[in-house]
Amino acid sequence: MIKKFFARAGSLCAALGLALMLGTGASAQGPLVIDITSGVTEPLPFAAPMFQAETGGAEQLAADITNVLIADLVGTGLFRDIPASSFISGVSSFSAPVAFADWRAINAQALITGAVAVNGDQLTVKFRLYDVFSGAELGEGLQFGGTTSGWRRMGHKVADAVYSRITGEGGYFDSRVVFVSENGPKDNRARRLGIMDYDGFNIQYLTDSSSIVLAPRFSPTGDRVLYTSYESGFPRINLLDVNTVGRQQISTEQGEMAFSPRFSRDGVQVIYSLANGGNIDIYRTDLRSGSHSRLTTAPSIETSPSFSPDGSQIVFESDRSGTQQIYIMSATGGEPVRISFGEGRYGSPVWSPRGDLIAFTKQNAGRFHIGVMRTDGSEERLLTASFLDEAPTWAPNGRVLMFTRETQGADGAPSLYSVDISGRNLRQVATGGMASDASWGPLQP
Amino acid sequence: MSKLLTAAVLIAGLALTACTRPDRFGAGADGAGAGAGGATGIDQSGLGGANDPTSPQYFSQTIGDRVLFQVDQSTLTAQGMATLDGQAQWLLSNNDYLAVIEGHADEQGTREYNVALGARRANAVREYLVSRGVPGARLRTVSYGKERPIAICSEESCYAQNRRAVTIISVGSLS
Repeated sequence: MIKKFFARAGSLCAALGLALMLGTGASAQGPLVIDITSGVTEPLPFAAPMFQAETGGAEQLAADITNVLIADLVGTGLFRDIPASSFISGVSSFSAPVAFADWRAINAQALITGAVAVNGDQLTVKFRLYDVFSGAELGEGLQFGGTTSGWRRMGHKVADAVYSRITGEGGYFDSRVVFVSENGPKDNRARRLGIMDYDGFNIQYLTDSSSIVLAPRFSPTGDRVLYTSYESGFPRINLLDVNTVGRQQISTEQGEMAFSPRFSRDGVQVIYSLANGGNIDIYRTDLRSGSHSRLTTAPSIETSPSFSPDGSQIVFESDRSGTQQIYIMSATGGEPVRISFGEGRYGSPVWSPRGDLIAFTKQNAGRFHIGVMRTDGSEERLLTASFLDEAPTWAPNGRVLMFTRETQGADGAPSLYSVDISGRNLRQVATGGMASDASWGPLQP
Repeated sequence: MSKLLTAAVLIAGLALTACTRPDRFGAGADGAGAGAGGATGIDQSGLGGANDPTSPQYFSQTIGDRVLFQVDQSTLTAQGMATLDGQAQWLLSNNDYLAVIEGHADEQGTREYNVALGARRANAVREYLVSRGVPGARLRTVSYGKERPIAICSEESCYAQNRRAVTIISVGSLS
């Protein structure tokens, strides 16, 4: 564990961060750092006093925004909020000097102060992050502006800034997830597409339940969704605009059924499975030019393709060896290389937006797991286990996964869960009912 | 006129509505009614039930509209082939009908692989029917993966029923 840490970070700052993390308590000195991929961590204690309302009547909004910030950080499992009842001094105004001794005394290693102002429908949120033990700001204060209806997003943006400064990772809170909302008994399930904030708020529905919808996939550009639709009576791929909710069936290569679509990083190419005469292969269509290419030709099942972030390769699932395994090939087709070799069957591979890992579903001895492996298949780690876990999707920072977990039996129901890539912090995502097939969109601008 | 009326009923109805061959049972298969024609000159014919070997109900209930598969397999069993022999004969004797073959999978697998597996199963049935002389143009395939189970317990007794390909009879042209 230590060896991996040094190989990864190799700096004095990181070493001090490791010391901090091993729980040296109130006397810890040195930079405010969390390494989220190393071993067991004590959550870092922080204080976020309610943001100041700089205009009249903005107190509730300020409190709500502060609570979004706190929930985001605590929800990572890496931070622990110190309750306001423990505070020695408050924050009288955003620009007042910080009494660091008061915050050190209650072992707050990070302090976040903020202020909120409302003018008509315009909202301004600003914050500062302090490394309490250094007695200094960590990074510079920021101000966000937008409409008041976007108040939750502002709380998420503050949390993203705090999280990324302390962990060194990109944030992921100001993002949305598209998913399938399910209703009804197992043998008569109604499905429709939904979209929500990553934390389950602001759920909206993008389609009705009149026909089966499967496995929506958010574009990396955050504005469109590909999904498999049965509204024609046969599985076909639809493209839906998230803002207008307008949709159309995309033209694919001729085939009996088209399904399992994914976007390229630039949102221009679509890769998918096409079924013809019992053979299922991977094809690519250029949405601009309408041209089609066939990428695999084996008589086996090839499905669940996913682009690498640089667009040069595709990872996919194939049973050409006799059981479902994971393969990587060039994005223009060519000889696939198998990367999964453990016991069991592997499916639904997804390439991390960081490029470093492939997430997948593994089935073995009657159990399902979500796992990750390096792109050469090494360092396979299983993060979850249950009756039925499947369909992982990556957070924008490549450090958290969301997936579907379905319970067993006649009353079996799917819901969405998240877990980080160290296998920690397994949590259910509140979706207001049964949900499956999540696809995590990018950080919003 | 009765043929036109019957045709209108066929077009208006859904795929699984039982229908009759207007010229065969002029007085009604079930013997209902006072026979063709009456004082008002309105023709009457009965609707064929499951006892009518030309009805889709007979197809599904007597001949058997489905075959089952082993886990992860799309190969036909001997029993499956026997059922499909019956289906092929029926389709060849009743030329007005088309069929959509639905492939399904049990829940023990990932979603998209199961769509692919269902497609393979539907295709296996289609190829067998074609090999028995049914014109391919009358047969279409679709897969529902694991999305439409008929048995919902999470045990082999239910899984075995869900690993199926079902031949659905319809009238009208393939769209």
